[in-house]
Amino acid sequence: MSAFVQHTDADRRAMLRTIGVSALEELFADIPESIRAKGGLPIEQGVTEPETLGKLAKLAAKNVSAASHVCFAGGGMYDVAVPAATGAIASRPEFSTSYTPYQAEVSQGTLQAIYEFQTIVARLTALDLSNASMYDGGTALAEAVILASGAREGNRVLVTPHLNPHHREILNTMLEPTGLEIVELPRSGLRTDVAAITADAQKGAVAVVLQQPNFYGALEDMKAAGQALQGATKPLFIASVDMSSLAMLEPPGAYGADIAVGEAQPLGFPMSFGGPAAGVFAAKAEYLRRMPGRIAGMGKDVHGNRAFTLTFQTREQHIRRSKATSNICTNQSLLALMATVTTALLGETGRRLAAKVSAEKAWSLSRRLTQIPGVELADPDAAFFREFAIRLPREVSPRAILRKMRERGFLAGIPLDPLPGGGRGLLIAVTEKRLWSEIEAYVTAFRAAVEAERGGARSPETVSQAAR
Amino acid sequence: MNIPQDLKYTKEHEWVLLDDGVAVVGITDFAQSELGDIVFVELPSIGLNLKVMEPFGSVESVKSVSDLYSPVSGVVADVNTRLTANPDLVNSDPFGEGWMVRIEPSEMSDLDQLLTAEEYAEYIGAEQA
Repeated sequence: MSAFVQHTDADRRAMLRTIGVSALEELFADIPESIRAKGGLPIEQGVTEPETLGKLAKLAAKNVSAASHVCFAGGGMYDVAVPAATGAIASRPEFSTSYTPYQAEVSQGTLQAIYEFQTIVARLTALDLSNASMYDGGTALAEAVILASGAREGNRVLVTPHLNPHHREILNTMLEPTGLEIVELPRSGLRTDVAAITADAQKGAVAVVLQQPNFYGALEDMKAAGQALQGATKPLFIASVDMSSLAMLEPPGAYGADIAVGEAQPLGFPMSFGGPAAGVFAAKAEYLRRMPGRIAGMGKDVHGNRAFTLTFQTREQHIRRSKATSNICTNQSLLALMATVTTALLGETGRRLAAKVSAEKAWSLSRRLTQIPGVELADPDAAFFREFAIRLPREVSPRAILRKMRERGFLAGIPLDPLPGGGRGLLIAVTEKRLWSEIEAYVTAFRAAVEAERGGARSPETVSQAAR
Repeated sequence: MNIPQDLKYTKEHEWVLLDDGVAVVGITDFAQSELGDIVFVELPSIGLNLKVMEPFGSVESVKSVSDLYSPVSGVVADVNTRLTANPDLVNSDPFGEGWMVRIEPSEMSDLDQLLTAEEYAEYIGAEQA
């Protein structure tokens, strides 16, 4: 059988007629007009294949990515080191072409890989169980809140003001039909004011959502939040975490989180222009039957040999239909596999070393940048792991700095315009992959960009520095 | 198929025993045999207010999950906590040790709407056919 059977125009017309649609375009009606590509690809007719490929390659070369530039941008996905072996193993056809593993008798490899991913996630988060992965960290977070709304009586969810803004948008969208009100906790600089999680505030709340480190890279007082959330009917404590930070920071299970969610990407697969991603979902055992998504389990086959299989499927859509715990009926197996392989290759020592090196380099870069006149940490009181927010001089536009830095070969960060509480700044991430020479070059380029943006005028600071 | 004469029934296969003014509720022998091996019973918290035919929990077997419906309006007075560790009691003794909740009825007239043993036998006979 041919691997690829092309549709003819007649096939397409027949299919459209069958479903009662007059043109293919009608199927894309849900996609806003403004972002739709119109008229197909801008390639002339009658151009040879090599010529076409050449044009497309030129077009693709305009993309700015972590492959073309030195990446100091984070905000949820990080340019972490991925061993070559990870890609090689994940590319094996047994994994890369495997279908959904409902038939355990032909899917032992895939199921074992999922089981190992779950084991890694449960150990890293110090929680009892993990599912086979979600689409991404944002949807995992929304599913966690939906779980909480079933496990607790209430109509509100308390959320950190410093949540990843994309995750916040996903929460807004996915919680809309539930009628849950999203209430932002007050902030204290770039941290959440966890003292505001009082008994009064907890009334009518199904969950409290914190992010560690938060969107601005700042470390929250998760322990205090866990201590504030006590008792049998307390709101569920949901921690959205950077999975690679757990090599250094306390795991969610240790500070009393009921559910931990996050992106699996920082555990060790490429950012791929922002996706596909994989989400992590781990919880205490008591929430097993409310968990979204697949769970692989270990059992025995008829001969008594160790065997893996999907388990607790009665929660899932293909069995429980409209009353399923979630609409997700898949997982991100291949990416979860890559996270599993990288984590196994690094081992605990490797993960700790990577975390330590990232943190040291981030700290060093923050020190160097804040020596530039007018540049300061956006919240000097907040500790950080490998990502931090800086405040720029008032007259300097973050986007202008990013543009100048891009010309010098850097993806310099994420613009923060405005910063919480006012002012403008940048969010800068440093992974273990960054070389000291790259950090050195970044500082030089950054200093030049800031000075150029200030119009070359000698500000009072530079004058006083020069005088020293 | 065991259908005790002294109980009342719902079309959702719950049985009700009126014990000193309190409604004891479980699922029928027919229901447990249709569901197969029961692995988990989700029960409400004591004190919960229920309306008649509102779901109060669920019963999970190896092949499906089904909601449990309250045969009467009232307040949950007690739940069978033994089912947490031994959900198979629902299979082995559905009308006895497999009971699920005790509800203090707020509307005694709800009980009049329930099926008698004969009516339930006829109902499941029709459903089986």
